[in-house]
Amino acid sequence: MADKKTLQKRETEKIEKVERTRDRKVFVPAVDIYETNEAIVLVAEMPGVDEKSIDVTLDKDVLTLRGRVDYKVPEGYDLIYNEYEIGDYERSFTVNEVIDVDKIEAEYHNGVLTVKLPKAEPVKAKKVQVKVK
Amino acid sequence: MTLARMWQVDPWRELDRIQDEMNRLFRDTFGRVAVRRYPAINMWVKDDEAIVTAELPGFDPDKLEITVLNDELHIKGERKLPEPEKEVTFHRKEIEVDSFQRTIQLPFAVENDKVDANFDRGVLTITLPRAEADKPRKIQVKTK
Repeated sequence: MADKKTLQKRETEKIEKVERTRDRKVFVPAVDIYETNEAIVLVAEMPGVDEKSIDVTLDKDVLTLRGRVDYKVPEGYDLIYNEYEIGDYERSFTVNEVIDVDKIEAEYHNGVLTVKLPKAEPVKAKKVQVKVK
Repeated sequence: MTLARMWQVDPWRELDRIQDEMNRLFRDTFGRVAVRRYPAINMWVKDDEAIVTAELPGFDPDKLEITVLNDELHIKGERKLPEPEKEVTFHRKEIEVDSFQRTIQLPFAVENDKVDANFDRGVLTITLPRAEADKPRKIQVKTK
Protein backbone atom coordinates (compact mmCIF):
# COMPACT_ATOMS: atom_id res chain seq x y z
CA MET A 1 0.00 0.00 0.00
CA ALA A 2 1.64 3.14 -1.25
CA ASP A 3 0.34 5.58 1.30
CA LYS A 4 1.24 3.46 4.26
CA LYS A 5 4.59 5.16 4.42
CA THR A 6 3.10 8.59 4.88
CA LEU A 7 0.28 7.60 7.14
CA GLN A 8 2.34 6.17 9.86
CA LYS A 9 4.61 8.04 12.13
CA ARG A 10 8.23 7.16 11.93
CA GLU A 11 10.41 7.14 14.95
CA THR A 12 13.84 8.73 14.64
CA GLU A 13 17.04 6.86 14.75
CA LYS A 14 19.33 8.05 17.45
CA ILE A 15 21.69 10.53 15.91
CA GLU A 16 25.30 9.55 16.44
CA LYS A 17 24.29 7.61 19.51
CA VAL A 18 23.31 10.72 21.40
CA GLU A 19 20.96 9.62 24.13
CA ARG A 20 17.92 11.57 25.04
CA THR A 21 17.15 12.83 28.47
CA ARG A 22 13.44 13.13 27.92
CA ASP A 23 11.26 10.12 28.38
CA ARG A 24 9.29 10.60 25.21
CA LYS A 25 9.38 9.18 21.74
CA VAL A 26 10.72 11.30 18.94
CA PHE A 27 9.14 11.17 15.53
CA VAL A 28 10.27 12.21 12.08
CA PRO A 29 7.80 14.76 10.72
CA ALA A 30 6.52 14.25 7.18
CA VAL A 31 7.84 17.01 4.93
CA ASP A 32 7.47 18.58 1.54
CA ILE A 33 10.53 20.35 0.22
CA TYR A 34 10.45 22.44 -2.91
CA GLU A 35 12.76 24.87 -4.55
CA THR A 36 11.93 28.05 -6.41
CA ASN A 37 14.38 30.39 -8.10
CA GLU A 38 14.69 32.42 -4.93
CA ALA A 39 14.35 29.97 -2.06
CA ILE A 40 14.08 26.49 -0.71
CA VAL A 41 10.82 25.94 1.15
CA LEU A 42 10.30 23.20 3.67
CA VAL A 43 6.87 22.28 5.00
CA ALA A 44 6.75 19.91 7.99
CA GLU A 45 3.76 18.34 9.74
CA MET A 46 4.30 18.81 13.45
CA PRO A 47 0.89 18.71 15.13
CA GLY A 48 0.56 19.56 18.80
CA VAL A 49 3.91 21.26 19.13
CA ASP A 50 4.35 24.08 21.58
CA GLU A 51 5.28 27.13 19.48
CA LYS A 52 7.91 28.26 21.94
CA SER A 53 9.77 24.96 21.77
CA ILE A 54 10.25 25.05 18.00
CA ASP A 55 13.87 25.17 17.10
CA VAL A 56 15.14 25.66 13.56
CA THR A 57 18.91 25.57 13.27
CA LEU A 58 21.18 25.80 10.28
CA ASP A 59 24.63 24.65 11.23
CA LYS A 60 26.99 24.72 8.27
CA ASP A 61 24.95 22.80 5.71
CA VAL A 62 22.73 20.87 8.12
CA LEU A 63 19.26 22.17 8.80
CA THR A 64 17.57 20.73 11.89
CA LEU A 65 13.95 21.11 12.92
CA ARG A 66 12.88 20.32 16.44
CA GLY A 67 9.62 20.68 18.30
CA ARG A 68 8.35 19.53 21.63
CA VAL A 69 4.80 18.41 22.12
CA ASP A 70 2.81 19.95 24.90
CA TYR A 71 0.56 17.11 25.93
CA LYS A 72 -1.32 15.86 28.93
CA VAL A 73 -2.91 12.45 29.28
CA PRO A 74 -6.60 12.88 30.20
CA GLU A 75 -6.87 11.83 33.80
CA GLY A 76 -9.39 9.23 34.87
CA TYR A 77 -9.89 7.96 31.31
CA ASP A 78 -8.90 4.65 29.76
CA LEU A 79 -7.28 4.58 26.37
CA ILE A 80 -9.42 2.14 24.40
CA TYR A 81 -8.33 2.99 20.86
CA ASN A 82 -4.74 3.83 20.12
CA GLU A 83 -3.79 4.35 16.50
CA TYR A 84 -1.09 6.95 16.91
CA GLU A 85 1.51 7.79 19.46
CA ILE A 86 2.50 11.17 20.70
CA GLY A 87 6.02 12.45 20.88
CA ASP A 88 8.40 15.20 19.96
CA TYR A 89 9.59 15.86 16.43
CA GLU A 90 13.05 16.04 15.02
CA ARG A 91 14.52 15.88 11.55
CA SER A 92 17.70 17.04 9.85
CA PHE A 93 18.50 17.79 6.23
CA THR A 94 21.58 18.73 4.34
CA VAL A 95 21.20 21.90 2.33
CA ASN A 96 23.36 22.12 -0.74
CA GLU A 97 22.50 25.66 -1.77
CA VAL A 98 24.16 28.68 -0.22
CA ILE A 99 21.55 30.21 2.07
CA ASP A 100 21.15 33.78 3.20
CA VAL A 101 21.11 32.89 6.88
CA ASP A 102 19.82 36.26 8.07
CA LYS A 103 16.70 36.00 5.94
CA ILE A 104 15.49 32.55 7.00
CA GLU A 105 11.82 32.68 7.93
CA ALA A 106 9.87 30.12 9.94
CA GLU A 107 6.16 30.06 10.60
CA TYR A 108 3.99 27.65 12.59
CA HIS A 109 0.29 27.47 11.87
CA ASN A 110 -2.31 24.75 12.54
CA GLY A 111 0.36 22.19 13.31
CA VAL A 112 2.42 22.88 10.18
CA LEU A 113 5.88 24.39 10.26
CA THR A 114 6.99 26.23 7.13
CA VAL A 115 10.62 27.23 6.79
CA LYS A 116 11.76 29.46 3.95
CA LEU A 117 15.45 29.45 3.16
CA PRO A 118 16.29 32.24 0.72
CA LYS A 119 19.20 31.52 -1.55
CA ALA A 120 22.15 33.82 -1.14
CA GLU A 121 23.22 36.06 -3.98
CA PRO A 122 25.91 34.24 -5.84
CA VAL A 123 29.18 35.33 -4.40
CA LYS A 124 31.41 36.87 -6.99
CA ALA A 125 34.48 34.88 -7.63
CA LYS A 126 37.36 36.57 -6.01
CA LYS A 127 40.67 36.19 -7.57
CA VAL A 128 43.47 35.75 -5.15
CA GLN A 129 46.68 37.25 -6.21
CA VAL A 130 49.55 34.96 -5.58
CA LYS A 131 52.53 36.84 -4.44
CA VAL A 132 55.74 35.77 -5.98
CA LYS A 133 58.89 36.50 -4.23
CA MET B 1 -24.68 -9.45 23.25
CA THR B 2 -27.80 -11.19 22.05
CA LEU B 3 -27.95 -12.94 18.74
CA ALA B 4 -30.43 -10.38 17.36
CA ARG B 5 -28.01 -7.56 18.13
CA MET B 6 -25.20 -9.42 16.49
CA TRP B 7 -26.97 -9.66 13.16
CA GLN B 8 -27.39 -5.91 13.06
CA VAL B 9 -23.65 -5.41 12.97
CA ASP B 10 -22.43 -4.22 9.62
CA PRO B 11 -19.95 -6.91 8.52
CA TRP B 12 -17.65 -4.38 6.85
CA ARG B 13 -17.43 -2.29 9.94
CA GLU B 14 -16.80 -5.44 11.87
CA LEU B 15 -13.87 -6.17 9.55
CA ASP B 16 -12.54 -2.67 10.16
CA ARG B 17 -12.78 -3.26 13.85
CA ILE B 18 -10.90 -6.53 13.53
CA GLN B 19 -8.23 -4.78 11.50
CA ASP B 20 -7.87 -2.15 14.21
CA GLU B 21 -7.50 -4.91 16.73
CA MET B 22 -4.83 -6.54 14.57
CA ASN B 23 -3.01 -3.24 14.24
CA ARG B 24 -3.00 -2.94 17.96
CA LEU B 25 -1.54 -6.41 18.32
CA PHE B 26 1.14 -5.70 15.75
CA ARG B 27 2.01 -2.43 17.37
CA ASP B 28 2.62 -4.22 20.60
CA THR B 29 4.90 -6.65 18.79
CA PHE B 30 6.85 -4.29 16.56
CA GLY B 31 6.43 -1.05 18.43
CA ARG B 32 4.88 0.66 15.46
CA VAL B 33 1.40 1.56 14.37
CA ALA B 34 0.33 0.59 10.89
CA VAL B 35 -2.49 2.98 10.20
CA ARG B 36 -4.60 2.33 7.20
CA ARG B 37 -7.14 5.07 7.47
CA TYR B 38 -6.74 8.79 7.83
CA PRO B 39 -6.62 10.33 10.29
CA ALA B 40 -5.30 8.05 12.97
CA ILE B 41 -7.32 8.47 16.13
CA ASN B 42 -6.96 7.87 19.81
CA MET B 43 -9.99 7.32 21.99
CA TRP B 44 -10.16 7.82 25.73
CA VAL B 45 -13.17 6.64 27.67
CA LYS B 46 -14.60 6.89 31.14
CA ASP B 47 -18.05 5.95 32.42
CA ASP B 48 -19.92 8.97 31.14
CA GLU B 49 -17.63 10.50 28.54
CA ALA B 50 -15.40 9.72 25.58
CA ILE B 51 -12.61 11.81 24.10
CA VAL B 52 -11.50 11.32 20.53
CA THR B 53 -8.29 12.95 19.33
CA ALA B 54 -6.79 13.11 15.85
CA GLU B 55 -3.75 14.82 14.41
CA LEU B 56 -4.82 16.95 11.46
CA PRO B 57 -1.95 19.28 10.66
CA GLY B 58 -2.70 21.90 8.04
CA PHE B 59 -6.43 21.37 8.08
CA ASP B 60 -8.61 24.43 8.38
CA PRO B 61 -10.76 24.06 11.52
CA ASP B 62 -13.58 25.96 9.81
CA LYS B 63 -13.75 23.33 7.12
CA LEU B 64 -13.83 20.36 9.44
CA GLU B 65 -17.21 18.70 9.52
CA ILE B 66 -18.05 16.79 12.63
CA THR B 67 -21.37 15.03 13.01
CA VAL B 68 -22.63 12.69 15.67
CA LEU B 69 -25.53 10.33 15.46
CA ASN B 70 -26.09 8.22 18.54
CA ASP B 71 -22.98 6.08 18.76
CA GLU B 72 -21.37 7.07 15.47
CA LEU B 73 -18.99 9.91 14.94
CA HIS B 74 -18.25 11.19 11.44
CA ILE B 75 -15.38 13.49 10.70
CA LYS B 76 -14.65 15.02 7.36
CA GLY B 77 -12.05 17.53 6.30
CA GLU B 78 -10.10 19.12 3.52
CA ARG B 79 -6.82 20.93 3.35
CA LYS B 80 -4.82 22.74 0.76
CA LEU B 81 -1.55 21.05 0.09
CA PRO B 82 1.44 23.27 -0.45
CA GLU B 83 0.99 24.16 -4.11
CA PRO B 84 3.65 26.53 -5.15
CA GLU B 85 3.71 28.53 -8.35
CA LYS B 86 5.46 27.30 -11.47
CA GLU B 87 9.16 26.82 -11.94
CA VAL B 88 9.41 24.77 -8.85
CA THR B 89 11.27 21.57 -8.19
CA PHE B 90 9.96 19.22 -5.57
CA HIS B 91 12.74 17.56 -3.67
CA ARG B 92 10.46 15.68 -1.37
CA LYS B 93 6.75 15.07 -1.32
CA GLU B 94 5.54 13.26 1.76
CA ILE B 95 2.39 15.19 2.55
CA GLU B 96 -0.26 13.63 0.40
CA VAL B 97 -3.67 13.41 2.04
CA ASP B 98 -5.76 16.40 0.98
CA SER B 99 -9.16 15.23 2.16
CA PHE B 100 -10.57 12.51 4.33
CA GLN B 101 -13.77 11.12 5.68
CA ARG B 102 -13.98 8.73 8.54
CA THR B 103 -16.65 7.14 10.70
CA ILE B 104 -15.82 6.08 14.20
CA GLN B 105 -17.87 3.70 16.25
CA LEU B 106 -18.24 4.99 19.79
CA PRO B 107 -18.62 2.71 22.79
CA PHE B 108 -21.97 4.31 23.71
CA ALA B 109 -24.65 6.65 22.41
CA VAL B 110 -23.81 10.28 23.08
CA GLU B 111 -25.73 13.43 23.94
CA ASN B 112 -25.67 14.92 20.43
CA ASP B 113 -26.14 18.53 21.55
CA LYS B 114 -23.39 18.45 24.12
CA VAL B 115 -20.55 17.29 21.91
CA ASP B 116 -17.65 19.69 22.00
CA ALA B 117 -14.83 19.95 19.47
CA ASN B 118 -11.62 21.85 19.84
CA PHE B 119 -8.82 22.36 17.33
CA ASP B 120 -5.47 23.44 18.62
CA ARG B 121 -2.13 23.40 16.76
CA GLY B 122 -3.35 20.83 14.32
CA VAL B 123 -4.80 18.49 16.93
CA LEU B 124 -8.54 17.87 16.97
CA THR B 125 -10.09 16.91 20.31
CA ILE B 126 -13.74 15.91 20.45
CA THR B 127 -15.44 15.45 23.81
CA LEU B 128 -18.53 13.26 23.71
CA PRO B 129 -20.71 12.97 26.81
CA ARG B 130 -22.66 9.76 27.14
CA ALA B 131 -26.39 10.02 26.49
CA GLU B 132 -28.49 10.09 29.63
CA ALA B 133 -30.73 7.33 28.27
CA ASP B 134 -27.72 5.14 27.60
CA LYS B 135 -26.20 5.35 31.06
CA PRO B 136 -26.37 2.19 33.08
CA ARG B 137 -29.04 2.24 35.72
CA LYS B 138 -29.00 0.34 38.89
CA ILE B 139 -32.17 -1.57 39.40
CA GLN B 140 -33.47 -2.03 42.84
CA VAL B 141 -34.70 -5.55 43.46
CA LYS B 142 -37.98 -5.50 45.34
CA THR B 143 -38.58 -8.07 47.96
CA LYS B 144 -41.94 -8.92 49.31
